Amino acid sequence: MAIARRPPPELFKLAVNHWTQPFWQATKEHRLLLARCADCGHARMPPTPFCPQCQSQRIAWTVLSGLGTVYSYTVVTRAILPDMDAHLPYVPAVIALDGADGVRLISNVVDIEVQAITVGLRVQVVWDDAPSQGVAVPRFAPVAAAAA
Amino acid sequence: MRDATAIVGLGATPYYKRGASAPQTLEELVGKAVLAAVHDSGLRVRDIDGFAYFAGGFDTALLTETLGIPEIRFSATLTGTGGGSAGAIGLAAAAIVSGQAEVVVCVGANQQGAQRFGAITSAYPATPENAFFSASGLVGPGHMFALLARRHMHLYGTTREDFAEVAMAIRANAVSNPNALLRQPMTREDYFKAPMLADPHCLYDFCLESDGAVAVIVTSAERARDLRQRPVRVLASHHGGSGDWGRSIYWMNMPDETFASSGHAMVARRLYAAAGVEPKDIDTAQIYDHFTSQVIMQLEDYGFCAKGEGGAFVRSGAIRREGGSLPINTDGGQLSCGYVWGMTHVREAVEQLRGTAVNQVPGAQLALVTGGPSVLPVSGLILAH
Repeated sequence: MAIARRPPPELFKLAVNHWTQPFWQATKEHRLLLARCADCGHARMPPTPFCPQCQSQRIAWTVLSGLGTVYSYTVVTRAILPDMDAHLPYVPAVIALDGADGVRLISNVVDIEVQAITVGLRVQVVWDDAPSQGVAVPRFAPVAAAAA
Repeated sequence: MRDATAIVGLGATPYYKRGASAPQTLEELVGKAVLAAVHDSGLRVRDIDGFAYFAGGFDTALLTETLGIPEIRFSATLTGTGGGSAGAIGLAAAAIVSGQAEVVVCVGANQQGAQRFGAITSAYPATPENAFFSASGLVGPGHMFALLARRHMHLYGTTREDFAEVAMAIRANAVSNPNALLRQPMTREDYFKAPMLADPHCLYDFCLESDGAVAVIVTSAERARDLRQRPVRVLASHHGGSGDWGRSIYWMNMPDETFASSGHAMVARRLYAAAGVEPKDIDTAQIYDHFTSQVIMQLEDYGFCAKGEGGAFVRSGAIRREGGSLPINTDGGQLSCGYVWGMTHVREAVEQLRGTAVNQVPGAQLALVTGGPSVLPVSGLILAH
């Protein structure tokens, strides 16, 4: 049985602007932030310059619990880039974040047998420090494993 | 715009396996397809006065100077990616109807020697927007659309058997097409023996990575009457989509109701209304098949079956050329014939409506062509005999 691994770290190429900077800044402290409109409360991710609901530019950053649910996932089992081989299998996933009104994050499910992953699986954020980029990357492990 | 313009010329290079078109250059492939289309139409190079592109387009300055086109009156590119192949025809039609140009070339081409499309997202520049998916290892579109496929399976009970049927039905059309790159019949066993690439997508759920170019020439319906080929009428072309589809596969925050879809539903409604036809009127559909699962979701979004019933629809044999109610991708599609950003679908629809297709659907009067499900805009096209 294969355990879901991490994708090649080289794939992560960080660029920030002043709208996304607070999100990445908080990852250094392993805090997961949500962008919420400071005027109408509408949640959005990634953080963008305007609220699509009321067009306000004011953001109220909210700290999330890091809990979530696997909304969908795919199991990557074959390398299409040379440096992928050593990292298979890995599991890109869409995570519906708790306390975020349905807003989702693209991430990975890790530290679980691939066969045990299902849509609806409860997960908790785990942080992978990415020293080359100066931030940490949020990934998601099953709630029990993350607590252990 | 309904019925005001027509496709009067069609040209293509051979379809090559990825990288095999070298040492020809990409611009050379484009030029060859354009010249072939001009020749096919009976027009002359000097009659061309416009270009309408999609997916980044090509360099009109280079094309006009190298091909010897005396004057350009229109040069535009639909924004977005492969979603615009069907919509570029509408761009050409808009130019003609508004009097900005008379003879507009639409051309699509790709050459994957340097950058294979299967890993294209890993080659995107580091931007603040792309930082929200690059860490996850979504290296290519096949990974991204696998996330939509899994959700569709979860919600509606769609299975890999359904994806297999799409792959086999389309391969069956390639078997009898001498232009197709994959001409071996595919059995269910073949499908399930293929390596899994991004579960639930296996090798045969992915389109080909190929090189090639396809061009068509659009002019007014009036001028089309006097030309060499039987005109293929442009009934309607529409591009766009629901605003909340937005960046779709790159951010994965589409509404829950449309996440497991092709993003085409709104375009489909407007397209049928503009053409004055309904799904039941369509004789053959050329459905953008970058992935089998997205064929199923487009069949739903274009109203050939209800939402969630795409799996059952294909399982019924409906998309088969032999005995099906809606033969699709009659050339073998991008899954088995050749991948040229969706322009192969425009080509096949034109050949079906001229009555000259290799796998002719008897009496085909109306053909639907879809552009690639992707970020906005996505597009659709309805052509008539």
